[in-house]
Amino acid sequence: MKEFKIQNLIFKIMVVFPICSMLFALCLPLSADALTAEEVVKKSQEAFFYQGKDFKARVMMKLISKSGQERVRELTMLRKNYGASGGEQKYFMYFYQPADVKDMTFMVYKYPAKDDDRWLFVPAINMVRRIAAQDKSSSFVGSDFTYEDVSGRDIEDDTHEIVKEEKLGANDCFVIKSAPKKADVDYSYKLSWIDKGNFLPLKDEYYDKKGGLYRVFSGEEIKDVKGFPTVTKRTMKNLSSGHRTEVTYVKADYNINIEDNLFSERFLKQPPRKWIE
Amino acid sequence: MIRLILILLLATSIAYLSAYAEDVSLHGFLQGNYSVDTAKSNPNGKDFKWAEERVQLKLDASKEPFRLFLKTDIFYDHIDDASHLDVREGYADYTSSIWDARTGRQIITWGFGDLIFINDVFPKDYEAFFSGRPLEYLKIGSDAVKIGMYPSFASAELIIIPFFEPNNFPDHKRFFMFNPMPAVTEREEEKPATTFENTEVAFRLYRDVAGMDASLYFYRGFFRQPSMLPDSITSPAKIDLVYPELTVYGASLQGRALDGVLSLEAGYYDSREDRDGTDPMVPNSQTRFLVGYQRQMWEDCTLGLQYYSEYMDDYSEYEENLPSGFPQEKKLHQLASVRLTQFLIHQTLRFSFFSFYSPSDDDYLLNPEVKYNFTDSVWAAVGASVFGGGDEWDQFGSLDENDNIYVQIRYEF
Repeated sequence: MKEFKIQNLIFKIMVVFPICSMLFALCLPLSADALTAEEVVKKSQEAFFYQGKDFKARVMMKLISKSGQERVRELTMLRKNYGASGGEQKYFMYFYQPADVKDMTFMVYKYPAKDDDRWLFVPAINMVRRIAAQDKSSSFVGSDFTYEDVSGRDIEDDTHEIVKEEKLGANDCFVIKSAPKKADVDYSYKLSWIDKGNFLPLKDEYYDKKGGLYRVFSGEEIKDVKGFPTVTKRTMKNLSSGHRTEVTYVKADYNINIEDNLFSERFLKQPPRKWIE
Repeated sequence: MIRLILILLLATSIAYLSAYAEDVSLHGFLQGNYSVDTAKSNPNGKDFKWAEERVQLKLDASKEPFRLFLKTDIFYDHIDDASHLDVREGYADYTSSIWDARTGRQIITWGFGDLIFINDVFPKDYEAFFSGRPLEYLKIGSDAVKIGMYPSFASAELIIIPFFEPNNFPDHKRFFMFNPMPAVTEREEEKPATTFENTEVAFRLYRDVAGMDASLYFYRGFFRQPSMLPDSITSPAKIDLVYPELTVYGASLQGRALDGVLSLEAGYYDSREDRDGTDPMVPNSQTRFLVGYQRQMWEDCTLGLQYYSEYMDDYSEYEENLPSGFPQEKKLHQLASVRLTQFLIHQTLRFSFFSFYSPSDDDYLLNPEVKYNFTDSVWAAVGASVFGGGDEWDQFGSLDENDNIYVQIRYEF
């Protein structure tokens, strides 16, 4: 009887535990697999647009035409979160280049599920103006990126589904299909390759109303900044025009305690050096 | 003279600070700007309203909490065949956490109007605007001290202007304009003297109210458009151009509404030297009101609409006292405007159309323009200023013979 008990114990140790552990181990990817498409997109937005309490980057944008002509937009972008991921954010941008927009500043109060507030400061006439902004799909400073590409799109505006899981380069990815519920953007759907590890988007493909691929985003360099994986080089290419925009974060930082009052008319007119440099 | 000394002092201090500043930058542009008559030659026989080559230098030096800024233009005017130096701006900033100060020549812009100014009581150059010069030349710097205060409940700006600067109106050698007393050629401009009592004071209190940008305004100073004061109404020999005393109380509100941006602005112009409205040579008190709406029509296309009105107080007193032969202003002067802007080719090509139309006077201004950025540093714009309608003394009707086509080309560095 006692011998049986010992055998039973040995059986448990030798067989049951390993099987349980294996099952448990198997459960791990299964539980990740069990994420819904909405959850993947939410995590991706968190990782891409909401990382940290606040964020600052010196941004170099190169607008490159099909023939190779380059135009440069250089700016400092500051962002602060108000509330949870997917919630309200404030953006402050200061332009260094080109020369005709130097010292211009631009401020956005971004709200979920309603139009943003946007203000522009024109230094030559010392004037702050609100600008009409109901169209989030319009180009950001003439680049191939839209305002939504820069600051995110409401998750509820699209239906999301996981189409497949595959490797992109060396990275395991979810491939998510997001289709706008309303025809408020140029594309009929978007396929996103989202890294299973850090949930950053590595590639987005935009398909037009006829189902043709016409616009491709690629996250080309990911660096760790203060523990946050950050896309520090990205490109948006328009396949129909051949025009592309390359964006590099020359410097980036998180959790730098940006004060609330930065996002004000006062500092739009006189951007503090410590924040824009 | 005092101003010149102040400017020289500022230039010296900038040069001095530049040596110690943590951050010094020099930018500017080279510009050509030409505006050719299309209706008829100027009164002086020339065919251009404006023809210049210009260099602008912007020197910016800062060492926290101080900053110095100097923007100087040097240009050659082909109509007068003369070169000029123009200190556009030159000021020193001091910034602390809850207040700041700017001292020197500075451009101040208040209110929400698009080329319509109610609470923006600061100097303007209308000749620049009508001659097809870049928009920034519509504003003239004020030699002033501006104090900004930022307590938690609201922000405030107090502006003190010791040196009076009038608006610049079109020059009679270059522009055909209405002249109510053409026989009197002797004219003398009398600017308010630089005294303590004549110091202009402007105050603005502003904050966010339910997601809207709200401001209250106060100004005590002078009209910047001169009034004609003949030495005799019946047989004048000389006209003094004077700037009557003015106080303005105003408010404005701007925010998101109707899928666009809605702006409301109002002001009461208290004409302190003619409160009963009986002096025909001094403007009566007025209430001014503006409503503006701007929305994005489609990608890179914006539409802006404005309606503006001026209501004259004590109109019957004005009518009774107006000398015969003088044009009579309306009790309600109205102005509407439309601005349509379309960007193309990655926002490097811009088509814009701006127009004023007065429903009360039936006169108009049309201003179409095309601007193209050839590279990041070179742009050119071609446009036209067309005036007409109404009577020969109306705001735009009086400029009927001054239509012009203009070119601006600029290299920025």
